[in-house]
Amino acid sequence: MSEITPDTVRHLASLARILVTDAEVEKLAGELAVIVDSVAKVNQAVSKDVVATSHPIPMANVFREDVVRPSLSQSQALSAAPDSAEGRFRVAAILDEE
Amino acid sequence: MAKDNLLSYEAALEQFEVVIGLEVHVELNTKTKMFCGCANEFGSEPNTNVCPVCLGLPGSLPAVNKKAVESSMAIGLALGCKIAPTGRFARKNYFYPDLSKNFQTSQYDEPIAYDGEITIELDSGESFVVQIERAHMEEDAGKLTHVGGATGRIQGAEYSLVDYNRAGVPLVEIVTRPVFGAGDKAPELAAAYVRAIRDIVKSMDVSDAKMERGNVRCDANVSLRKKGAEKLGTRTETKNVNSLRSIENAVRYEIQRQAYILSQGGTITQETRHWHEDRGYTSAGRPKSDADDYRYFPEPDLVPVQPDIAWIESIRSALPENPAARRKRLQSAWGFSELEFRDVVNSDLLDQVEATVAAGASPQAARKWWTGELARVANASEIEISALQITPEQVAAIQKLIDAGDLTDRMAREVVAGVLAGEGEPAAVIEKRGLKVVTDEGALIAAIDEALAKQPDVLEKIREGKVQAAGAVIGAVMQAMKGQADAARVRELILERANS
Ligand SMILES: [Zn+2]
Repeated sequence: MSEITPDTVRHLASLARILVTDAEVEKLAGELAVIVDSVAKVNQAVSKDVVATSHPIPMANVFREDVVRPSLSQSQALSAAPDSAEGRFRVAAILDEE
Repeated sequence: MAKDNLLSYEAALEQFEVVIGLEVHVELNTKTKMFCGCANEFGSEPNTNVCPVCLGLPGSLPAVNKKAVESSMAIGLALGCKIAPTGRFARKNYFYPDLSKNFQTSQYDEPIAYDGEITIELDSGESFVVQIERAHMEEDAGKLTHVGGATGRIQGAEYSLVDYNRAGVPLVEIVTRPVFGAGDKAPELAAAYVRAIRDIVKSMDVSDAKMERGNVRCDANVSLRKKGAEKLGTRTETKNVNSLRSIENAVRYEIQRQAYILSQGGTITQETRHWHEDRGYTSAGRPKSDADDYRYFPEPDLVPVQPDIAWIESIRSALPENPAARRKRLQSAWGFSELEFRDVVNSDLLDQVEATVAAGASPQAARKWWTGELARVANASEIEISALQITPEQVAAIQKLIDAGDLTDRMAREVVAGVLAGEGEPAAVIEKRGLKVVTDEGALIAAIDEALAKQPDVLEKIREGKVQAAGAVIGAVMQAMKGQADAARVRELILERANS
């Protein structure tokens, strides 16, 4: 059984910006351990000569020419925004980058 | 305010070895964004260069810009990198409103270019080889404006406003391996490295390369280790260092800050730090996330980039000469002094001088035109010298007429003014303005005799051997000739006539 500590759960929750209660942390720690073990089983089934797949169809080099296409108008762009001001999306100030 | 205690720079270097690592982001100057057809344009109205793809709206699908891939490969090749036979895009997951998708499309373990190196020469002539670990493609993020805080920064801000015009603009991130052994030159080397990258991408015309606009941005990693120690010290990553001077100052500051902490027995926190150019210090940002925290995984909406040899070689063969090598070649070919050459380089006039020389002017004459009269005119009319409406060929043509004695310097400047004013080719301006050196010596002698007759005292002085007195007569003669005479010849003739 993989060991998922309460601290790991809290860290994952903070990365995902999910608020979890202490009770949920305990419960999720157990559940995540089961999930991690299940994924580990898939790993065992894969031999080394099978290349990891990131796309279902084996194709490469699909490109677009560098030609400008019409963009949305500012009002269209902002039409679904929960809040906006001065032609911009308005969001809560989040302490991170500065 | 800076609260950090700093060890003196000399003491820091006595005790510690400096290790730096640099991450440079280059914004490409493609017409469109990395994954959508929105214009890649600086200064548009907010949120007018956006679409469902770069806004991350549900159901939208990215499509890779071929030109951006080519520019990325070209940058890799210019830095001596190998091009990966398979490059893949990956999602770098993080929550921050500068990207609305909640991930940045980047590259992780399969970058397009890797294992390069570049030789950096410092002003002292000392040179260092900087190893390039990788150059990968990714997209830029949107621009946040924090509102409500006293200084426009996040502290105290009530909310933030987001403009996604920049979101999805193609970036190439160039990452060095740790650079050892630069010692007290580490800050200078960091700045010189970024300048070299800037010069290279500019010469290739894959980026506008304007640091003040953020086209080239640098994050500087600094760590110290006790002299003789094997293990690398904990590093900090200083962000927001977007001028060459800032890079040098920020690296030097981090060296002194970390040295003080370590010399007191403390430990360095692995974190991002922010450089404040106005006050000259770094402040702590967020703790540095582990790569694991970004939960990278291959981008399922994009297929790999697999360039074949022919494509790679066609890009390699189109690379321009390395700017540093070109500067060396030109300086030696032109025989300029260090000072003269630096003047040309710093004024960004290499192309113009080179083309003027190619069109037949001597290097010194070409240099004087561009760094002298033409720089003066551009400056006076507050435009970039490259925007002046005169070609290097025209400048060379005018210089040829001076050399042949058909124009005086003063007349040549008038021809230049005429060309700049849109009066046509130099020959047409000369014709229109009636500019021609008076070579008719009879007319000159007549004018001289007349001037001497009017100033008998001057004539007397010249006869007594006071030749500098001739100046007064030269002025009068040049005026009579409307400036269209060769002043040196006029002077010779005055002395002849006075003493005859
Ligand atoms: Zn778009």
